[in-house]
Amino acid sequence: MSDSNVAAAAGSWTPEQPIVSLKEVRKSFGDLEVLKGITFDVMKGEVICIIGPSGSGKSTLIRCINALNPIDSGSIRVEGQEVHDAHLDKLALRKKVGMVFQQYNLFPHKTAIQNVMMAPVQVLKQDKAEVEARARKLIAKVRLEGKEESYPGELSGGQQQRVAIARSLAMNPDIMLFDEVTAALDPETVKEVLVTIKELAQDGMTCMLVTHEMGFAREVADHIYFTDRGVIVEHGPPATFFSEAKDPRTQEFLGQIL
Amino acid sequence: MSDLKGDVIEAIQEFFREVAANNPTWNFIFFYEATQWNKVVSGLWMTVQLSVVCVLFSLVIGVVGAGLQGAKSAVLRAIVAGYIQFFRNTPPFVQLLFFYFALGQFTPTYSPDGWLEIPIISNVGWAIISLSFFAGAFNVEIFRAGVEAVPKSTQEAAESLGYTRLQIYGHIVFPLALRVSIPALNNNLVNLVKTTTQAFVIAVPELLYQSVTIWNDYPSAQYPMMTFLFFAYLALVGVVVVGMNNWERAMRIPGYGG
Ligand SMILES: Nc1ncnc2c1ncn2[C@@H]1O[C@H](COP(=O)(O)OP(=O)(O)OP(=O)(O)O)[C@@H](O)[C@H]1O
Ligand SMILES: [Mg+2]
Repeated sequence: MSDSNVAAAAGSWTPEQPIVSLKEVRKSFGDLEVLKGITFDVMKGEVICIIGPSGSGKSTLIRCINALNPIDSGSIRVEGQEVHDAHLDKLALRKKVGMVFQQYNLFPHKTAIQNVMMAPVQVLKQDKAEVEARARKLIAKVRLEGKEESYPGELSGGQQQRVAIARSLAMNPDIMLFDEVTAALDPETVKEVLVTIKELAQDGMTCMLVTHEMGFAREVADHIYFTDRGVIVEHGPPATFFSEAKDPRTQEFLGQIL
Repeated sequence: MSDLKGDVIEAIQEFFREVAANNPTWNFIFFYEATQWNKVVSGLWMTVQLSVVCVLFSLVIGVVGAGLQGAKSAVLRAIVAGYIQFFRNTPPFVQLLFFYFALGQFTPTYSPDGWLEIPIISNVGWAIISLSFFAGAFNVEIFRAGVEAVPKSTQEAAESLGYTRLQIYGHIVFPLALRVSIPALNNNLVNLVKTTTQAFVIAVPELLYQSVTIWNDYPSAQYPMMTFLFFAYLALVGVVVVGMNNWERAMRIPGYGG
């Protein structure tokens, strides 16, 4: 661990070191302390799930990782790059980290394929023809062939969410963040989105998910973190986490949800 | 062919000459006397030019102003707010007088022949400035409402894809805000076209001004001239409305909005 810290500080990250590393992360909104010292590491290719009651700070935590929310103290390193830094190179960070939201947040004035192509063309200034070829493959990967020219308003929630995943993947990120991406979907369409995420995980993408889908977490996660009121109460691999939860708060939460 | 056209014009002129002979208060002199007709045409052309130029400038003012209202600098925001209050809460008639007579005194002059002192901003120039700022103040408010209608979450999605603030405004916020703004913009631009008549007060030779000179010379042409004015503005405003409606239709996104 200490070796990896030294290397990370020097900015020479290697894939054997944690790809995301949080140390004593604290974050308040006004008087409300939402994150009270969060520490954990994620290794390349790992899938971790964050679960916990509403308002426990799950979204805030995940948003801090790609600097949508600044933190007050502590350290977040993504591939060795310190996120808690006044001179943060945001573009470099966001090339590494993709994010998918609960409400999809597609660009409503662009078709599915344009949504996928926009950022690589407009932000990364990549060649349009090359991006388009890649975008078509991604649309196929999320099983939306034939929907390329549809506008978000013409797609179901599940389809929109898969476009949103493809849009993030088009930036070729190393890490994907998912914040309750199935929470707004009706039960039948939840599955199609979860299948997409599962395939991503199987392809070796590092994934951090906030989710209420316990069955899914049990199936795909390498590690599960339970948060309550801004702290990680308990964590472990799914095999032990679900059966051997010790903390009463975890037990209560699992009792309600399972 | 041109003979036929000549014949038709001849017949029309003959018709109105007869109308004037039989009805002393219905002298459509501008339909049969070339000098008066040319005044009408040049007035109409000036009105069209004034409208087009002011519409364009007012749109630019609206977009820039709405952008500045989101600026970090409180001074900039206060300037924009003051500008809106001034132009929205005072009559455009008074604004025209103020710009031309009060500010006009301070404009530098040039002298092409060593005798005449010609101000570098003519009365037409002042009308353009004054009317553009007048309509622009409303456009700022209209665009601002449109910008506020763009969900914060859509902008965050763009942010997480590496877009900068300016790129988000250009590629996402502005195109969406514009669509929301078109109906209100439609009203304001119609108003602007009608307000060009007030440039009359600083002797801009637009349609109303030319009409008045005609009926001052020929009191018998007063009713016909006024009737013609109504139809001319109905036609002008009609062109604006049809144009705006087509634009709105072209900009409509399938499955989005009304
Ligand atoms: N921008 C903000 N300003 C002020 N308070 C905020 C802000 N964002 C979140 N909070 C507060 O921080 C706390 C944690 O919110 P967060 O969204 O991280 O919870 P969560 O665990 O994701 O909950 P949920 O399961 O309902 O999504 C909540 O009390 C919330 O009201
Ligand atoms: Mg949340």
